Amino acid sequence: MKDGDAPHPGSLARPDREPLIRLRAGDLMPIQEPLDDPARERPFTALSDQAKSRYECILDDTCAVSVPRPATREDEDALVRAFLSGLDKLFTRENNWTFLQPLLLSMEHCARCQTCASSCHIFEASGRNELYRPTFRSDVMRRLYFKCVRRGGMLSAWRHGDIEVNWPLVARLIELAYRCNLCRRCAQTCPIGVDNGLIAHELRKVFSQEMGIAPREIHENGSMLQLKVGSSTGMTAAVVRDNIQFVDDDTSDRTGVPVETPWDVEGADVLLIHNAGEILAWPESVGAFALILNAAGISWTMSSELAGYDSINYGLWYDDAQFARVAVKHAEAARRLKVGRIVLGECGHAHKALSVVADRLLAGDLNIPRESAMTLLRDIVMSGRLTLDPARNDFPVTLHDPCNMVRLMGVVEPQREIVRALCPKFREMTPHGVDNYCCGGGSGFAIMSGHNFADWRFQVAGRKKIDQVLGAFADGLGPATPKYLCAPCSNCKGQFRDMLAYYGLWEQNALLYGGLAELIVNAMTNVRPGYIQWEWH
Amino acid sequence: MTIIVYASLCLSMALFAAATLVRAVRYARAPLHLRWEIYPVPHEPADRAAHGGSYFEQSAWWTKPAPANHWGTAKAFAVEALCLHALRAFNRPLWWRSYPFHAGLYLLAATVVLVFAAALGTITAPSLVAGAPAAVVRQCYRATGLAGLLLALLGATGLLHRRLTDPDLRSSTVPGDLFNLAAFISALVTLGAGWALAPAGTPGPGAIALGLLQWDVSLRIPGLLASGLILSAALAAYIPFTHMSHFVGKYFTYHAVRWDDAVARRGGSIEKAMAEYLTYRPTWDAPHVTADGSRTWADIAASQPPDKTTR
Repeated sequence: MKDGDAPHPGSLARPDREPLIRLRAGDLMPIQEPLDDPARERPFTALSDQAKSRYECILDDTCAVSVPRPATREDEDALVRAFLSGLDKLFTRENNWTFLQPLLLSMEHCARCQTCASSCHIFEASGRNELYRPTFRSDVMRRLYFKCVRRGGMLSAWRHGDIEVNWPLVARLIELAYRCNLCRRCAQTCPIGVDNGLIAHELRKVFSQEMGIAPREIHENGSMLQLKVGSSTGMTAAVVRDNIQFVDDDTSDRTGVPVETPWDVEGADVLLIHNAGEILAWPESVGAFALILNAAGISWTMSSELAGYDSINYGLWYDDAQFARVAVKHAEAARRLKVGRIVLGECGHAHKALSVVADRLLAGDLNIPRESAMTLLRDIVMSGRLTLDPARNDFPVTLHDPCNMVRLMGVVEPQREIVRALCPKFREMTPHGVDNYCCGGGSGFAIMSGHNFADWRFQVAGRKKIDQVLGAFADGLGPATPKYLCAPCSNCKGQFRDMLAYYGLWEQNALLYGGLAELIVNAMTNVRPGYIQWEWH
Repeated sequence: MTIIVYASLCLSMALFAAATLVRAVRYARAPLHLRWEIYPVPHEPADRAAHGGSYFEQSAWWTKPAPANHWGTAKAFAVEALCLHALRAFNRPLWWRSYPFHAGLYLLAATVVLVFAAALGTITAPSLVAGAPAAVVRQCYRATGLAGLLLALLGATGLLHRRLTDPDLRSSTVPGDLFNLAAFISALVTLGAGWALAPAGTPGPGAIALGLLQWDVSLRIPGLLASGLILSAALAAYIPFTHMSHFVGKYFTYHAVRWDDAVARRGGSIEKAMAEYLTYRPTWDAPHVTADGSRTWADIAASQPPDKTTR
C-alpha cells in the first residue's frame, strides 16, 4: 500500500460509502508450507449488495456488527449524539468505575512509539495494513477523548491530532472495535503500559451500553439468551440434563467404564461449569471430564441453575452490565449448592471472567473460590490416582495457549505438566506461554460468521496462529501421521475447527484439534484404547 | 536577565512539582478497577514468575500463602525504568535512540539534584562541603551534566530523525510530537552552547544555584546561557502537561494495572471499596442495561435484562 493510500484516523469520517481498504491475498503475510502456495489463497467472499445497502459495511472488506443504515440524516445525527453521550459517560466514575483508571492511563500516555505494532497478529497478518495497526483505533479514540470529552480546542488538536465527528466515523468505529481479539499482546509489550486492547473493549462498551449496538452473536444470541434460558446454546436445564445423559451413555459405551454425571449435589467439593457449547460440539471433552473426576474420586457436581451449567460470559468482551449479571448467576449457583469451589472447564474467557475480572465484584457469600480445570487435572494426573500409559498418546501433539487463561490469568504450566507427562511427542509452538499468539477467535470472533466475516477471521485474525501450528508440525506434515492440536478452550477449539476445515488441513495433513481431558482419557489403561477418534468433527 | 532566569527556574520547578503531583493524585484517586492484569507478574515467586505463572497454578490457591516477591517487583521495575527493558526487547531500533535520550534526562535530573544539594550545603553547612568534598561534588555534576546533555541531545535528534523518516512512526505522528522533540533539541543546544561559549568569569551551575537560593541578583549570566536556562525551565514545566509525563503514568500502568492481582477477600479492603462503587447509579442509555439513574450497579447486576431490548 502506498503512503498516500493508507488510511489515517481522519479517514474514518470520510463521507462516501466506500470501504477504507481492500484486502488482497498478495498483501497478506505469507504462511508456511503447505499453505505457502499463492494459488491456494482464497479470495474474500464479496459482501452481497443487500448487505452493503442495508448495513454499514464501510470499513473494510467485511462486516462484523451489521449496524443498520440510518434511514434519515436526523437518525444519523441522533446516533452521533448518542455516541458522544456514551463517550462522556465512559470517563465518569459513576458509569465506568470498573475500568476508569486504566482507561485514563491509556488515553493520556501513549508515546506513539509503535512498539506494539509488531506484537499484533492481526496487523502482521494483514501485511501491516494501517487500518489494523493496534494504535490506529486508539489514536481515533484518543483524538475523540481530547476533543469531545476534555473539550480541547485548536491547541489540543495540534497536540493530539484533530478528528471530525460524523456518522461515517461512528459507523466505521463500531466495526473497527471488532477488528481486535482483545488478546492484549500489544499491552504486554508496551514500554509504558498503554493497553490498546482495553481501548477496543471500552469502545465496545460505549456502543453496547449507550447505543444498544453489539454483534447479534454475542448479545441477543449470547448473553441475553444465557440470562433468559440459562445458556447461549439455547439449552434449558432440562435439555442440558438430557444431553449430558446422552454424553454419559456414549462415553460409557466408548470407554467401557460406566460414567454418570452428578447433578445438583449439595455440599459437593467441586461445581464443574463447562462452556455449554462443549456439550453440543465436543461431547467427548465433557464425557472425558466426567470419567476422570469419577475415576479420581472427586466430590463434584454440575448445576442445573440458570446459567449454572454454562460458564460463558460474553459480557467480558463488550458490556459491563451483562458481564456482572452473568458472573453473579454463576456465583449464585455455587452458593445454593454450598460447594467448596467452582472449577472452570476448558474455556479461556470463562476462566478470566469468573476468576480474574469478576473477583472484586463477588462479595460476601458470593465470593466462592474459583479454580482452573488445568490445576485440578494436573493434580489428578500427577497424583497417581489414574493408571496412565503415555504410549497411547504416541503421536505429535502441540499445545495452544488460550490468551485469557495464559497471558491474562497466568495458568501456564499445569497443562504443560500434563502433556509433557502423557505425550511423548509433545512439541511447543514458537512463541508460546504468555507470549503466545491468539487463535484469531478471541473476543467473540469464534462465534461470529455473519456475511463474509469468516474469511477475515481465518485469513487475517487466525493467520499467525495457523502459521505457528504448521511450524510446530513441520517435521511431519502430510496425511500419513495424525497430529493433535490441543486447545483447552472452547472458543479456540471453535476457531480451530473452522480454520482447519477452511484450509483443508485435516484432509490433507491429518491435523486434528481437541481438548486436554481427551488426551488424559486416551492414555488411561482401564478404558478401551482409542478414545481420541481420528475423524473430523 | 538574572531575575528572569531565577523566576523561570522557580516557576518551572513549582509547576513541574505541582502538575506532576496533581496528575499522580488524579490517578491514585480513581476508583479501584476490576482486575486486568497481564502476565508475567514479577511479584510472583521467582519459579512462577520465570514462566509468567500466577497463584492460579496452585490447586486450592486460596488456602496457600501468597508470598510477595518484593525483590522481583523492584528488580523488574528498576530494569524497566533504568534500562527501558520493554523497548529494548520489542523495539530495538527505537531503543538505540530512546535509551540515550532517557539516560541523558536521568543524568540531567541527577545534575540538578547535585547542584542544588551542593548549594544548600554551602548555605547550611559550609564547613562540611568546603574543600575536597565540594570539589568532588562539583566534578560529579559537571560530568553528569555534560554526559546528560550530550546523551539527551543525541537521543532527541535520533528520535526526531526516526520520527521523520520511519514510515511506521510517521503515520502516527502529530505536529505536537515533532514540536516536543524540537523543543528538547532547542533547549539542549541553547543550554550547551550557553555553557560552551560562556566568557571567562561566567558563574558555574553551582554559583547560579547558590545565587538563586540566596536571590543574589548581582550575578551576571550571559544572554545565551540565560536563554538556555529559561528554555530548559519552560520545557520542564511543560512536560507534566503532556504524554511525556509517562514517568507518572508508568508507575500506575505497571503497579496498579498490569501487576495488580490483589485478591478480594471477604470483609477486606477491596470488598469495602467495591461496596461503595456498587451504590453508584449509572446512566447508560441502552434499554438492556436498565440504568435509569435511580438503580445502582448492585441492582443492575442482580437483575435480569428486560426481554425486549431492541431500539
